Amino acid sequence: MKSIDRRDFMKLAGLGGVVFASGLGFPVFGSKEGKSIVQDDFHFVQFSDTHWGFNGAAINPDAQGTLKKAVAAVNSLEEQPDFVVFTGDLTHTTDDPKMRRERLKGFQDVVSGLRAKTVYFMAGEHDAALDKGEAFQERFGKLNYTFDHKGVHFIVLDNASDPAGLLGETQLKWLQDNLKKRHANAPIVVLTHRPLFDLYPQWDWATRDGASAIKALMPFQNVTVFYGHIHQEHHHMTGHIAHHAAKSLMFPLAAPGAVPKRAPIAWDTNAPYQGLGFRDIEAYIKKSRYEIHELPVVKG
Amino acid sequence: MKRLIILTLLMGLVFGIPAHQTAFGVGSTKGKVIRLTAKKFAYSPAEITVKKGEPVVLELTSKDSKHGFNLPDFGVRADVKSGSVSRVSFTPDKVGRFTFACDIYCGSGHEDMSGTLVVTE
Repeated sequence: MKSIDRRDFMKLAGLGGVVFASGLGFPVFGSKEGKSIVQDDFHFVQFSDTHWGFNGAAINPDAQGTLKKAVAAVNSLEEQPDFVVFTGDLTHTTDDPKMRRERLKGFQDVVSGLRAKTVYFMAGEHDAALDKGEAFQERFGKLNYTFDHKGVHFIVLDNASDPAGLLGETQLKWLQDNLKKRHANAPIVVLTHRPLFDLYPQWDWATRDGASAIKALMPFQNVTVFYGHIHQEHHHMTGHIAHHAAKSLMFPLAAPGAVPKRAPIAWDTNAPYQGLGFRDIEAYIKKSRYEIHELPVVKG
Repeated sequence: MKRLIILTLLMGLVFGIPAHQTAFGVGSTKGKVIRLTAKKFAYSPAEITVKKGEPVVLELTSKDSKHGFNLPDFGVRADVKSGSVSRVSFTPDKVGRFTFACDIYCGSGHEDMSGTLVVTE
């Protein structure tokens, strides 16, 4: 993919949208082994909390169509993303294991329409907490894994398949072992479902042992976390580590603590799809920064 | 400490549960005892009123699957299991309305499973 600057990117995106810049400042790249790594700029799309199978006309009367519209919106980008990530709650929860599998398949059928053919999936508690990720793994593979793209090391953490929302000792050890191979200046992106920090534990918006993951990441100078779960855009810093929550593609939730009880925000017929969306993340490697473009489901 | 161990063993005998299933939180185990039951997807009672500065002991049980009880404003949490009683104790040091919630995913109504602790002067 050719390098594109911000002005070109906005033109290519063609949808407008809010831009959030996240400085990374990574002058050095790569692993400790000193391998030569490609450093081209690139962009990728984050979808989150698609809740396929949700049914509630007052909340989203287009529950069957919203994800399809978002897929079409991404497909309409002139410059296709290098890849798409789904940060959990692909499906809406069900106690029925058969229906869970049907929903996962239905979700996959829809997103298979993406023009971008490299897609990474993460589980949310709605997908995985009631069977410890069994159905998810049958269809999408591992719950935690890594991949590398043009000099950026991506780490997928699973904080959803344990009903207690824990990463667990085994995964934390795996994370620590993986990080041992990284240079202190290597650009690292963590993808996960729940916030790793205590955003609002009163609404279960936290990962109980997330502080251990942040502690393991803290020695690395260029770490950014993208996550979902809270159904709204949110930006937070733990020290030098930036955490960016994405909107949902089914229903928005109120800001943390803004209402007495956590609940979906009702559909506004005057502003359909308000509060829903996805984001395009531009990694300007040579300029040492990310730009996050919040994009709507449909053009306003 | 000896008295505490004896008390724990007696509780186990009274409630028919092993002593190791009794969880104690930070602070004294003496105080106003409040029993709280969890079941999908609510706590009973859903609202508890206590007084600032007075020690509280919560006795938590589940009527169905495993739940959590998390009261982050006071650093109090416990697993809530069927067939056993979890006890957490604390002394509220501020007044107001504070949310407690289930933090163990328990099904389609998990997000609705919360309650309120009211602390008065």
